[in-house]
Amino acid sequence: MRFQQIDQFSAELKADTRAAVYDGSKKGHEKRTKLLYDEFPDPDRLRHIAGEVKQHVVENLDTYLPQVEAKLKANGVIVHWAATAEAANEAVLGIMRARGATKMVKAKTMVSEETELAHFLEKHGMEALETDLGEFIVQIDHDHPSHIVKPIIHKNRREIATSFEKNGLGAYNDDPQTITRRARNFLRHKYLEADVGLTGANFVSAESGRIVLVTNEGNSRFCLAATKCHIAMIGIEKIVPRDYDLGLFLNLLARSGTAQDLTVYTEFISGPKSPAQPDGPEEMHVIFVDNGRTEVLASECRDILRCIRCGACLNVCPVYRQASGHAYRSVYPGPVGAVLSPLLMKEKFPQKADLPKASSLCGACNEVCPVNIPIPDLLLRLRNRAKEENVPSPGTPPMGAWALLASQPTAWRASLFGGKVMNYLPTKLLPIPALRAWEAKRALPAWRGGEFRAWMKNRPKQS
Amino acid sequence: MDEKPAQAILTMPSSADREAIFSRVRGALAPLHERAPMPDYTTELAVLRQMMGNRDAFTIFSERLVRVNGIALTEIAALVARLREGKWLQGYCDPVLWPMLAPHFGADFTVETTYDRKRVDDYAFGITRAAGAIAETGTIILSDATTSRRLGALTPWVHVAVVERAKIYSDLPQAVAALGSDSNVIWVTGPSKTADVEGILIEGVHGPGVQIALVV
Repeated sequence: MRFQQIDQFSAELKADTRAAVYDGSKKGHEKRTKLLYDEFPDPDRLRHIAGEVKQHVVENLDTYLPQVEAKLKANGVIVHWAATAEAANEAVLGIMRARGATKMVKAKTMVSEETELAHFLEKHGMEALETDLGEFIVQIDHDHPSHIVKPIIHKNRREIATSFEKNGLGAYNDDPQTITRRARNFLRHKYLEADVGLTGANFVSAESGRIVLVTNEGNSRFCLAATKCHIAMIGIEKIVPRDYDLGLFLNLLARSGTAQDLTVYTEFISGPKSPAQPDGPEEMHVIFVDNGRTEVLASECRDILRCIRCGACLNVCPVYRQASGHAYRSVYPGPVGAVLSPLLMKEKFPQKADLPKASSLCGACNEVCPVNIPIPDLLLRLRNRAKEENVPSPGTPPMGAWALLASQPTAWRASLFGGKVMNYLPTKLLPIPALRAWEAKRALPAWRGGEFRAWMKNRPKQS
Repeated sequence: MDEKPAQAILTMPSSADREAIFSRVRGALAPLHERAPMPDYTTELAVLRQMMGNRDAFTIFSERLVRVNGIALTEIAALVARLREGKWLQGYCDPVLWPMLAPHFGADFTVETTYDRKRVDDYAFGITRAAGAIAETGTIILSDATTSRRLGALTPWVHVAVVERAKIYSDLPQAVAALGSDSNVIWVTGPSKTADVEGILIEGVHGPGVQIALVV
């Protein structure tokens, strides 16, 4: 018997990991709800409007991209465009080589995860060090992040202490405070030695060309205080129309992502440092990255480009909580990943066409989304696309018999009556693969076929 | 200086990818009969209005700063006492501020008005000017124009931001409206922190572990 890939991964998950992911995501979701509903008169309206703003941007990128490019140039920023992941990485390498740079400090950016920038630079003899604590741990472990905002939600302190010891960061000590201090002491000298600081961007204002970066640890600020060259890798969908809109989005981002009123460091960058300021980049580059986004824009799933990467949909998702982020085999896990990851595969869509099926379509992801993305609808569209492209779907129960019955009323009625037999059969022993897969993980409820029809028939007529 | 133009040429981006992206964007959007309109909204929606009431911005700022584990002080003497209590006796101070503060600091302190990045671990505290503050979030606003050194406000364990009482904005939209033309503005809301290890909150990751606002 075969399960779907994501079910298989979940079934083999270590109990420790499952507990860590489940508790972490549940806590995150509960704190978020409390914060939003305690303080705003109408948080639901807030996210609907934010969703409309982003949808407007997505559907008018042909206007906003040239506008933002002109503003950035006027601010003294060198603007690059990268159609693919390879082009984005080459652009970074080109900038470093032109400066004679060999050392980069990196703040957390999901786009650079997509392009696997750190690996690429290391292969070309550059040092590219992750500075976000979680990302740093992922890097020294040769692991992958499993959550958009909490990259090591799948690890416990003992695993971290072990890898610190292995990497020469002190004798085994699993106290989270000691772990953090050791990373602080190690990394601060790395920032000061580095030539280039690389960041992403949370928002870019088309009106002013202002780039907004948020972090809690202060690592992106350190990158921009210690190095002389700033490179920002930015997905083309990260634009908001005006500075005015930043008030709205900043109010939503931290509350949705980590249940904070505001992230500790919220930085507004509109170019290289001021001439009078002794610290910070004298040269600034922005690389706008497509890497599949224009394909998403052309598809009927373009709404997913509204996403502001807060991770709220991961935290609330019953499938994510059970399966963990790595089960999605992608940079973007959870409900947003189930939509975005297969789309970003472009022509290799079939390889991840199973992800949109990893959902009960309960709709919780849509309800918490700060930009109100109709994720369940998008999942259905992708399931439909997989069906139309005849992508094989191993582990999915065959629906042929059901389709036959559902199209013939007489057969349907007969089966409703006949189904009662199921209550008297040892179903666990039946050699039907779909049934066995079901019973391996759950108990089959008693057959109640026909009750709804009877109720429908007998209910009092309403005028 | 002669090398500068050559460097600029080397880093000039090529335009093939730009054209490819722009043409794909236009192609993707061409079939849309209607584009989603920009919604009309006021930022009042995103303001924690019920919190403000009749209270002044300073009271709310202090309250919210405490909520994010920051410290709000109004007396220089209290600041000196707090630094002494934490045994933070060596530090950096913005040269513009030092004449005002110096008379209050005792001989047990070593305060420098220049910052040497080679001695990053020597500074236990850094005192710099803030461009303003935000009441509803307990946020301190730093800008390139008012911060004497970005590193001086970031690397010491304790950061003291000197905030003028008249420059406390009540909410985020107001502070956004006041961003101005500075090429770098950063809002700091409490000490640097992480919850990456098992969701446990630890303060003082890459930036300060103690954030003080001295409101004058």
